[in-house]
Amino acid sequence: MGRKLLLEHIDVPSIETFDVYRKNGGYRSVEKALKTMSPEEVVEEVKKANLKGRGGAGFPTGLKWSFLAKPEGVPRYLLCNADESEPGTFKDRYLMEKIPHLLIEGMIVSSYALGSNLSYIYIRGEYMWVLEILEKAIAEAYAKGFLGKNILGSGFDLDLRVAPGGGAYICGEETALIESLEGKRGNPRIKPPFPAVKGLWGCPTVVNNVESLATVVPIINDGAEEYTKLGTDASNGTKLISACGNVTRGGVYEIELGISVEEFIYGDEWCRGIANNKKIKALVPGGSSVPILPAHLITKTAAGENRLMSYESLADGGFASGSMLGSGGFIVFDEDQCIVRNTWNFARFYAHESCGQCSPCREGTGWMEKVLHRLENGKGNMRDIELLADINKKIEGNTICPLGDAAAWPVAAAIRHFREEFEWHVTHPEDAVKGNYGLLKGITV
Amino acid sequence: MKIEVTQKSRPVLSAEKMAEIQGVISQFPEGKSKSAVIRILHIVEEEAGGWLSPDTMDMVAEILNIQPIEVYEVATFYTMFNLNPVGKYIFEVCRTGPCMLVGSDNIIEYIENKLDVKVGGTTADGMFTLKTAECLGACGYGPMLQCGKHYHEHLTPAKVDELIDACRKGEIKANF
Ligand SMILES: Cc1cc2nc3c(=O)[nH]c(=O)nc-3n(C[C@H](O)[C@H](O)[C@H](O)COP(=O)(O)O)c2cc1C
Ligand code: SF4
Ligand code: FES
Repeated sequence: MGRKLLLEHIDVPSIETFDVYRKNGGYRSVEKALKTMSPEEVVEEVKKANLKGRGGAGFPTGLKWSFLAKPEGVPRYLLCNADESEPGTFKDRYLMEKIPHLLIEGMIVSSYALGSNLSYIYIRGEYMWVLEILEKAIAEAYAKGFLGKNILGSGFDLDLRVAPGGGAYICGEETALIESLEGKRGNPRIKPPFPAVKGLWGCPTVVNNVESLATVVPIINDGAEEYTKLGTDASNGTKLISACGNVTRGGVYEIELGISVEEFIYGDEWCRGIANNKKIKALVPGGSSVPILPAHLITKTAAGENRLMSYESLADGGFASGSMLGSGGFIVFDEDQCIVRNTWNFARFYAHESCGQCSPCREGTGWMEKVLHRLENGKGNMRDIELLADINKKIEGNTICPLGDAAAWPVAAAIRHFREEFEWHVTHPEDAVKGNYGLLKGITV
Repeated sequence: MKIEVTQKSRPVLSAEKMAEIQGVISQFPEGKSKSAVIRILHIVEEEAGGWLSPDTMDMVAEILNIQPIEVYEVATFYTMFNLNPVGKYIFEVCRTGPCMLVGSDNIIEYIENKLDVKVGGTTADGMFTLKTAECLGACGYGPMLQCGKHYHEHLTPAKVDELIDACRKGEIKANF
């Protein structure tokens, strides 16, 4: 049994209420930080803990915090990114729904560290009931003196608010999130300036994922030294993984970073293997934007090492034979699935979600969707496969925000590892219309 | 029953709703009330029978003291807002990869046949609007759909039948 830092008390009845949460050790990190530490010391501790941002990009949280500009007399803002829309990812919802005070506690300590007196949780609009849970918990925290003026007599003031989106994946990108919170369309901004200098309402701003902010709680409670004892050298602590697709038991699991991928997929404590006793065909380990791995690269790396659930091991082999931990959206494909169909499905997602500002992304995602749709329906030709690679190259690196890349990479990876499956759709057009490649052909490893 | 489509479909807001809207505005610093627009649109959409007419959007512009175009821009960008009349109940079925792997296509087809409606359409009796949505953050519990604020997960045809019955019996909060 791995140690849990975030979900340890998740099954305690009524843990969503202040009193039960507090009885189970809640809000200790606020007392510790506000009474015994300076804001700089909190930042230092998070830096030492080597916490990597849990939203997908894995940028070190402490380092991000240290970039925050602090001009005299200008407010600073901490924004929690609860937009959670990356296909395969549903961990933040689970955390906020079940144990909302953990996020609130993390936001109080983090706001103190950054000097934010007004912080927001930006939550996707579809999670409206979760927003209500958060607001209820926030009201409790105000009533108990953990929010508002002069918290615990420390002289630190904090107001915490929740704001919903309206249905747009792109608002998870931090500058689009800021635009949306300003009441506008979610168009990402050109950087620089970075939010750390000019963010919400032109003021210095930090945007962090729900899980990153929640993780600040155990880091401050136990200290960075204890925290870094968990995990591997480069991937410290624990991570929430949301498992879905063709696994026996999908759901949100907290793992110690560094357990093996094999254990996670087949272990009793986790996914319990592939549903309906089928074989695994492919894995997208970190949300729809990361490269897909074929069966032979899932439990072992190309170098023959055990593949581990860590930032470095999942990326081992680069894009040629590796992938990324990303957001922890762990999508498993069984032998009956069609990679072309799924690649088309994801391409449609990105085409649908492109904000339309940059032509390579707006047009490119649409073309990829069309070409893939053609291939999937037996109307493609061999040149289409090269065309996809070409569109890919034209998008990559030529856009304002990373959504363009996020759309291009999965297509490139699918063709890299499953080219024969794409070609089969061209050479067997009638079969392609009739049914799934997987069902018709089975595994071809 | 037929849906009345009128342009003059500005909802009449109760004092309670107006107070709620003021509460939303007060969550932002002075001069930044435009930030409240998305949440206010959610509130008035619910009051206006599940969709936003130009008239309703104009009302939001007046409340926030901004130009109508600033509201239209937002309402047209975000997929949750309906710009045309909808049925009493909206089913938004997730169609994205992880849900597709566990059979969302079949669920969409089942609902289409059962209700005799295509994705994007509303049933002839005005009861149900069927839409698809991109990943709703419930991938491990798919296939799934959202109806009102609620998620219905691990869907099977039997569960869809139950949900439709519950709607028909008025056991679930309707748009109007
Ligand atoms: C298209 C796109 C969508 C994103 N969606 C999310 C999201 O839903 N949640 C999230 O935390 N980060 C998302 N991100 C990453 C954010 O831009 C940002 O890096 C992150 O919130 C920073 O938090 P972290 O450092 O704590 O991970 C997205 C990025 C892009 C480009
Ligand atoms: S890359 Fe796509 S989503 Fe990002 S800003 Fe450009 S058009 Fe918008
Ligand atoms: S893919 Fe359907 S909820 Fe995520």
